[in-house]
Amino acid sequence: MTIRLPGFLKGSKVMPKFTVKDNKPTRNAFGEAMAELGKTNQDVVVLCADLKGSLKLEKFSENHPDRYFSVGIAEADMIGTAAGLAIGGKIPFTATFAEFSTGRVYDQIRQSVAYSGLNVKICASHAGLTLGEDGATHQALEDIGLMRALPGMTVLVPCDANETYSATLAAARHQGPVYLRFGRPNQPNFTEINPDFQIGKAVVLKEGSDVTLVATGILVWKALEAADRLEADGISAEVINIHTIKPLDSDAITASSLKTGAVVTAEEHQMHTGLGDAVAHVLSTRNPVPLEIVAVQDTFGESGLPDELLSAYGLTSGALADAAKKAISRKKI
Amino acid sequence: MTNSELAEISRQLRRDVIRMISSAESGHLGGSLGMADIFTALYFKEMNHSPGLWPSVQGQDLFFLSNGHIAPVWYAALARTGYFPLNELGTLRRIHSRLQGHPATKEGLPGIRVASGSLGQGLSVAVGAAIAQKLNGSSDWVYVLMGDGELNEGQIWEAAMNGPHQQTDNLIAFVDRNRLQIDGDTEVVKKLDPLPDKWTAFGWNVIEINGHDFSQIFAAVQTAKAGRGTGKPTVIIANTIMSKGVSFMENQAKWHGTPPSRELEAKALAELSPTAWKDYDDPAARVFEGK
Repeated sequence: MTIRLPGFLKGSKVMPKFTVKDNKPTRNAFGEAMAELGKTNQDVVVLCADLKGSLKLEKFSENHPDRYFSVGIAEADMIGTAAGLAIGGKIPFTATFAEFSTGRVYDQIRQSVAYSGLNVKICASHAGLTLGEDGATHQALEDIGLMRALPGMTVLVPCDANETYSATLAAARHQGPVYLRFGRPNQPNFTEINPDFQIGKAVVLKEGSDVTLVATGILVWKALEAADRLEADGISAEVINIHTIKPLDSDAITASSLKTGAVVTAEEHQMHTGLGDAVAHVLSTRNPVPLEIVAVQDTFGESGLPDELLSAYGLTSGALADAAKKAISRKKI
Repeated sequence: MTNSELAEISRQLRRDVIRMISSAESGHLGGSLGMADIFTALYFKEMNHSPGLWPSVQGQDLFFLSNGHIAPVWYAALARTGYFPLNELGTLRRIHSRLQGHPATKEGLPGIRVASGSLGQGLSVAVGAAIAQKLNGSSDWVYVLMGDGELNEGQIWEAAMNGPHQQTDNLIAFVDRNRLQIDGDTEVVKKLDPLPDKWTAFGWNVIEINGHDFSQIFAAVQTAKAGRGTGKPTVIIANTIMSKGVSFMENQAKWHGTPPSRELEAKALAELSPTAWKDYDDPAARVFEGK
């Protein structure tokens, strides 16, 4: 066992501490971004499967009734209709919960959108365990895997409200199919709105030298909290925000792993097929270092409050810190 | 173009289909032969379209094939109207061909705007395109063809609800009502009748025709076009004969997806006498140059 010096003693950069501006659901920011797109891009149209309030699309629908289409509780038809609108030169955004945006309509997305290379934006709210009380039927935990398996699909999982706003605008700018995943409850909102949001570009939020925490979605804030915990134990953690699962910024992950020699991934998703698997692929082919995957352990969720569920299923800053220590302990001496 | 001139074209499309599928030793013959008359009516007379405008959606009608497995007759119609070289028809289903087993956009075959083959998706796409064309201020038409067996799919009925809901009166749908699907009689596999009543109840303008009678096809389309402004899309239920034109294949479900042997290919072609358009690999083969 190597005794590792605390990061600050090794001269790591002093990074700005992140502060929580407010607590805000990412879906609210999605709705605000759609209202903005409604004003600025006349080609943007919205299709919604009876969840206008849940996805905060009231403003878009009120301001642009000619470009807002209520398709009813008919998700398969919604995806196909969106494909047709894209053929007609529009930029369709489909809106429903993550579960009904993916698993329910996988074949429609595969054939009519991805294989056909059409410019459809699949916007998925209420993703993951933090949907909460409605329980496992509605808690999409396989959606990232389903979408990243499709050739040509871009998969965006922003970490907070401001990044969701930025990612939504970026999805409209991007030519090609996009899966955009966000959620229901209040979350710490700590990033700045970024008009130059770069799809496929990882964001190093904190530099460190002992371990890399690679997180996506709401687990990014947990990773920052974990880094604070680790620092108190003398461990210097680098934190990378992966807002784009596909195309994955393999270079950023590899570079960080070469520096730290140990990696932990964190996601509100199944341990299979998600960010952890994607990072495992990168590391095993480019720089095999110890990897720990913090994710839901091949099980379905259940009803509960969002924070209760995150604790019950091991998606906490404490679990991340423990995983980091485990990964570090597995480094070859 | 007269109906007898059109009949000669559809006979050539049938010859093309049989030769393509026989050469590929796989493919869906029955529906392709059955739809030759409707493809002829649309691509050689009724639709406003031009390969020179491809892939623009402006200034021309759009066509979608939902039951993608009858791609061979679509490919033949596209090649014979100038979308790609005629001799490419001989590459059907071969590796690296643009003529995939089911229609696809990935290989860049002109004339195809969305992949189809997994059934039940095309009506939704056509409704979406019809909405887009309305937003675009287009006065052109959107066409879509579905198989009757395909109407087992729930998504078709989601789209059937959505078409009138979105007031897509610029949409003309065809159903190939040949009453056969892979496992046999459509009414035995999963009862569809009373089919016109179902579409009527969903809010469509419904027309039932003999799908092999050019006059009835054109009359139905004219009636559909007169519905512009009513908010109602039109569905034309075309009663047809699977494998129409080849006596020993007609009305037999086994010809849904079976290629003919060389011997049966020759026998089938003998029933469809050669035309002035010539077979696609004949150096003298002709392409339609416009109305």
